[in-house]
Amino acid sequence: MTFTLIAILSFAALALIFGALLGFASIKFKVESDPLVDQIDNILPQTQCGQCGYPGCRPYAEAIANGDEINKCPPGGEATIKELADLMGVEAKPLDAAHGTEDVKKVAYIREAECIGCTKCIQACPVDAIIGAAKQMHTVIIDECTGCDLCVEPCPVDCIDMVPLAESSQNWKWDFNTVTVGDIPIRQL
Amino acid sequence: MFADFDQIMERLATKQLWDFAGGVHPDGHKGLSNQHQIADAGLPDYLYIPIKQHIGVDAELIVNVGDRVKSGQPLTESHNPFAVPVHASSSGEVIAIDEHIAAHPSGIKEATITIKVDGLDTQYNFDPVNNYNTRDKAEIVEAICKAGISGMGGAGFPTHLKSNNVKPIEFLIINGVECEPYITADDRLMREHAWQIRQGIDVLNYLLKPRQVLIAIEDNKPEAFETMSIACQQQDNYQVISIPTKYPAGGEKQLIQMLTSREVPSDGLPVDVGCLMYNVGTCYAVADAIIEGKPLTKRVVTLTGKALEKPQNFWVKIGTPVEHLLQLSGYNPDKQEYPRIIMGGPMMGFTLSSVKVPVIKTTNCLLAPEKNELAIVEDERACIRCSACADACPISLLPQQLYWYSTSKDYEVAQQYNLFDCIECGACAFVCPSEIPLVHYYRIAKAEIRQQKVEKEKSEKAKQRFEARKARLLKEKKEREEKHRLAAEARKRAMQSDDSGAKDKIAAALARAKAKKAGQATTEAPKESSGAPQAQSQQDKVAAAIARAKAKKAAQQSDNAASEKEQNTETQKTEDNPSQDDKKAKVAAAIARAKAKKAAQQSEDANEPKQENDQQASEESKPASEISEQDKKAKIAAAIARAKAKKAANKKANDE
Repeated sequence: MTFTLIAILSFAALALIFGALLGFASIKFKVESDPLVDQIDNILPQTQCGQCGYPGCRPYAEAIANGDEINKCPPGGEATIKELADLMGVEAKPLDAAHGTEDVKKVAYIREAECIGCTKCIQACPVDAIIGAAKQMHTVIIDECTGCDLCVEPCPVDCIDMVPLAESSQNWKWDFNTVTVGDIPIRQL
Repeated sequence: MFADFDQIMERLATKQLWDFAGGVHPDGHKGLSNQHQIADAGLPDYLYIPIKQHIGVDAELIVNVGDRVKSGQPLTESHNPFAVPVHASSSGEVIAIDEHIAAHPSGIKEATITIKVDGLDTQYNFDPVNNYNTRDKAEIVEAICKAGISGMGGAGFPTHLKSNNVKPIEFLIINGVECEPYITADDRLMREHAWQIRQGIDVLNYLLKPRQVLIAIEDNKPEAFETMSIACQQQDNYQVISIPTKYPAGGEKQLIQMLTSREVPSDGLPVDVGCLMYNVGTCYAVADAIIEGKPLTKRVVTLTGKALEKPQNFWVKIGTPVEHLLQLSGYNPDKQEYPRIIMGGPMMGFTLSSVKVPVIKTTNCLLAPEKNELAIVEDERACIRCSACADACPISLLPQQLYWYSTSKDYEVAQQYNLFDCIECGACAFVCPSEIPLVHYYRIAKAEIRQQKVEKEKSEKAKQRFEARKARLLKEKKEREEKHRLAAEARKRAMQSDDSGAKDKIAAALARAKAKKAGQATTEAPKESSGAPQAQSQQDKVAAAIARAKAKKAAQQSDNAASEKEQNTETQKTEDNPSQDDKKAKVAAAIARAKAKKAAQQSEDANEPKQENDQQASEESKPASEISEQDKKAKIAAAIARAKAKKAANKKANDE
């Protein structure tokens, strides 16, 4: 009887000690990991375009963390879906066409002669990439523009176009399907 | 870990060298073009000088269209250490500064200065650095920069950046290997101008103070080896070394490994292993720049291939279009399957998209192959995993794995396999039995990865801007709320402090308002009837005001079907408006007209009386609009009309 009691007591004591130890360790040596939402947000392209149906990239990141589909981001396209699938441990899916299709990178361009200076596009721009003041002509800072499209709709005189970014030798992608030149000769007979 | 200086010197004394992994032995075909002296290519009619011909950023333009320039005159000026200036290679008139097809595989147009050559070739005043070995190093480096010298071996790295080195250098290596088939530009240069190359090496030797200078020449160029040996024999620490012919021995990292057994780290530079390397052409240009003060305006270009009648080397002015050179050497396109000119050698070159492409500082060869001289890759088959490419790779990469991950766009893994260490030498594609253009896929993958990096940076910036904006909006909102709260509190305090006074004030205000209303009611009737005899301008104003008011009302009606009770207050408003000036009224009229139009569009299916109302509004606004014919107003009207049209279209779309 006493043996049983000793055994129970000693194990209880051990359990308490280890429990305390583990509890202490979990607080003391806590590893600060990136919360899931931040990780998802880092993958998203930050155009803040809202094509996913959420008001910005962060809200969509939160939605994904809460179980929403990962294929609602047209600006990110296939690459983003792939990364999200890796992170979330789910199967990569093709882009949901209901939210738009992947397109070449574009930036907003204001036809300045037609701009009436209403500032509506400035208010719409999520990244403050449009400069101008009331009754003054506005213009887009190309380097800051994410091509989100959000300024096009509010413009009362339709003077904003989305134009594809010009290709230069810096960002050229060796696309031999569109350019017939540029093969590498290499082999000799 | 690596062999130290003494060990290396011992080994070099026994004429034994180390070796790098892999490598291939393509047919040299050098005899085609190395039998003749370097000829002068003369002056073309036009020179196309791209503003950027090196790795780095553009320099600033200092000439304008219409300027007359002399040969050697700087066209751009550098304020940034990564910018290298360009110079006019002959005298003439700047006729355009615009876009011209660049010497790049994409055939994309880049900023180029076009000079109409006058044929006189008047020289600019040159300013040599006399007695350079007594001068400050910084002065020499600046002179090299001003002469616009960038590496002439192919990559085009700014030479002054390389020379402005502070780390200790054990070996200064002069690269006269020229391992790529067909090209003989450096070979001929060494044979004919060994002395000037020596002078250039002397300058670099003074600048960098290496312990040893090694001049490496492949053993398929015995004449060049001899002339360079003679030119360098007086210098104790210069050693000309013959290295075995193997492609790509001329690669910077491969040559260092061959001579010193040291391997340049993956993300490092040759300086990290105590070496610096210059091409012989660069040495020639350095001598020109320091001893004569001449900038880099010409270079040796090999014109070769069996589709040329007279393949040989030429001194070519930078900016000369390829077309001009092809004429000189008797290019016969009939000998080819289809017209094709390759810039650079057969291993690393690219096919030109146009013969208007200019020769730039890094152009060393133009190759016009005959039918069946170079294969045209069109029969790509599946990879059979023979690993011949891995055996050929000079950097010991796994080309078939890289190919696999590059084509499946698994760029993350491709980078883990060190895709970015690939020097794109083409040895893997050369040996591939399935004729897979492997380098082609690596280039696509590299470009894609670089683009992704740029986009990642951009998205990071966009995120910051987005968050800053959100914070700003929140702050503004809080400030507004705070202001309202303070105002409300102040009001409350005022009410509490003199309760009766405030009540009196309210009562007084109410009384005033009542009095005003009564007064208006009495004056309303006479005013309406006496509208006609009034002056023209006054009439316009009233009409405009009425129109505006009606339009507004109509708009409200169509929005929420408001009752007609507001008519009274609307007409009351007209009383206030005549005080406004003429111009304002006109503008208001234009706006009113537009609004009325919109209201009409919106309430097409609304009840009858309202439609009449609208008609009335638009009719009444007509006289006003006729007067507002001025430019500004017209513009505003147009803008508003566009806006309305858009709105209507949207509404229609929504309704449907």
